[in-house]
Amino acid sequence: MVAAIAAFRANSAPHVVQMFEVGTGTMMAAGRAVKPVHELLREAGVEIDFDDYLAPVRGYYATADGRQMAMPFNSSTAVAFYSKDAFRRAGLDPERFPETWPEVAEAARRLKAAGVACPMSTAWPTWIQIEQFSAIHDLPLATRANGFEGLDAELRINNPTLVRHVQNLVDWQREGLFRYGGRDAAGDALFPSGECAVLFASSGLRARILREARFEWGVAMLPYYPDVPGAPINSIIGGAAFWAMNRGPNQGRSAEEWRAVAEFFRYLARPEVAARWHTETGFLPVTRTAFEQVRASGYYERNPGADIPIRQLLRGGGRTTENSRGIRLGGFVEIRNIIQEEMERAFQGQQDARQAMDNAASRGNQVLRNFERQNRGG
Amino acid sequence: MRRRVIFRGKVLPYLLLAPQIAVTLVFFFWPAGQAIRQSVLREDPFGLRSEFVGLENFREVLADPLYLNAVWNTAVFSAAVAALALGAALFLAVLADKQIRGAGAYKTLLIWPYAVAPAVAAVLWLFLFHPSIGLVGRALNAAGIAWDYKLNGAQAMALVILASAWKQVSYNFIFFLAGLQSIPRSVLEAAAMDGARPAYRFWTVVFPLLSPTTFFLVVVNLTYAFFDTFGVIHALTGGGPGKATETLIYKVYVDGVQNLNLGGSAAQSVILMAIVIALTAVQFRHVERRVHY
Repeated sequence: MVAAIAAFRANSAPHVVQMFEVGTGTMMAAGRAVKPVHELLREAGVEIDFDDYLAPVRGYYATADGRQMAMPFNSSTAVAFYSKDAFRRAGLDPERFPETWPEVAEAARRLKAAGVACPMSTAWPTWIQIEQFSAIHDLPLATRANGFEGLDAELRINNPTLVRHVQNLVDWQREGLFRYGGRDAAGDALFPSGECAVLFASSGLRARILREARFEWGVAMLPYYPDVPGAPINSIIGGAAFWAMNRGPNQGRSAEEWRAVAEFFRYLARPEVAARWHTETGFLPVTRTAFEQVRASGYYERNPGADIPIRQLLRGGGRTTENSRGIRLGGFVEIRNIIQEEMERAFQGQQDARQAMDNAASRGNQVLRNFERQNRGG
Repeated sequence: MRRRVIFRGKVLPYLLLAPQIAVTLVFFFWPAGQAIRQSVLREDPFGLRSEFVGLENFREVLADPLYLNAVWNTAVFSAAVAALALGAALFLAVLADKQIRGAGAYKTLLIWPYAVAPAVAAVLWLFLFHPSIGLVGRALNAAGIAWDYKLNGAQAMALVILASAWKQVSYNFIFFLAGLQSIPRSVLEAAAMDGARPAYRFWTVVFPLLSPTTFFLVVVNLTYAFFDTFGVIHALTGGGPGKATETLIYKVYVDGVQNLNLGGSAAQSVILMAIVIALTAVQFRHVERRVHY
């Protein structure tokens, strides 16, 4: 994102930039820097059937009223990876990963009793334990429909359910059931090496585990708290989308250039392209047609668990709510880091979960207000 | 007889100075000017809308408790890095200055780490001290010491100090060694004849004679700790855990490059520039007086 912005300021932005999902809010507010996909396709006379896209994928990159702003591409979601060998050693059913957090904690206790030094850990602490968690439990991460409806959104991460979950993680860490594996993808390494028996991570980690793990493993959906009404529903996506960009603050592009970009997007939307990308990388098939094609080819029978992320994205009937459509907050990269910092301070024992989430919310809101002010009138 | 070179006319001397002046203008004055301009503006990341806010960015930065935290971190970090790097280098240089077999090989080996890039140095230390893949890190945990610099702020700070100081030891070592070798043998012999023991000789004769070198190195080391340790911190801790290892220069990067808050970041750069100018002035005015040349 930083490189694309620097290029734009220097009048040499690329035609198409692949931007991770956290940058969506910033790109949406970027005004004339970005050429919205719906506009691009209309002017170039190219049709792409966005209704065929999975709702959580499409919605993440669309305006609140459904106009497509960016071209969804590599999408993942978070799942649980677990070692079937470790489950067997602990006398747990290797074919059934516990569905709820209380059961997961119980399983972790059994794993610990069986001598597993690290029963569970997580990669992407904010994305998985805060953002995915909120979506699955149908809780708002922020007001104004998670920021989809305006820049004046405020964080709601200090709600009782989320505070309880973070406090549980802190308590489980003290009990030796949970290990904090570091920010962002730092936790990834803990599972393929066999160190941790359970890891919550991006579904895109699958390829690496296939390559490196020397034990039998399984994939499962993220757990939930059974006493939260409405839970569980669909999880949200991570990954990236393609954005069409103007060359610079005062320079546009010709109609032919836009046509070429539109044709490229049409190519990406072809089911066989999406299906191939899915089976070769472990990212999700972004359209229903691609999913059906892959299913019909028998891929999921040959690769058990590869369909878990898609089924989790469609959990709750495939309709998304205001809270599970995605997140559209400006300065979200910074907010994620703030949440991670405050969580780290809770894991260090410097504050409890309530203080951590209160601090994160007030610091994050400052970022939101700053962003709102920078982009006022845009 | 001294020969004095005097240029005829004024064109040639200015022409000879021009490259240096051009480099200073392009790489110092121009960016510094940009930073000052940026520090009084509030702008969106894409540079499409900007607003003049006067000194508001400065007020915000100075009122930010996290900024004060970074100031404190920088003070602890710089003092520790300079002390550690200078102390270790002086110790090694004194040893290497003695008549020992293979002194040349030791000297070469001690100079090596300077050629290691900061990020690479950080990765080397990571492989030693990572709690789950590092040699030392695992040994510490096996010995019952809960070592995890990704969660423990004090440990993280110790690690970045160690890695940064290690990289600077070589540089200091070269200068101390050269300083030691330029001390006339006759002075030491005279002291020895007067009955001064080695430790006493070191503190009363050698150390004062080394003071020009030490003074120079203190300035260089503090500047190094302030500005050149970004790579080590970035690769080892990323400023974390929490904000435990976020120094002033790292905060400029986080706010400007990661968080795209250009105004706030520029204000911090300007403050940093002022601090460095002040620090250098103080050092040259006060410390230099007490140095024996």
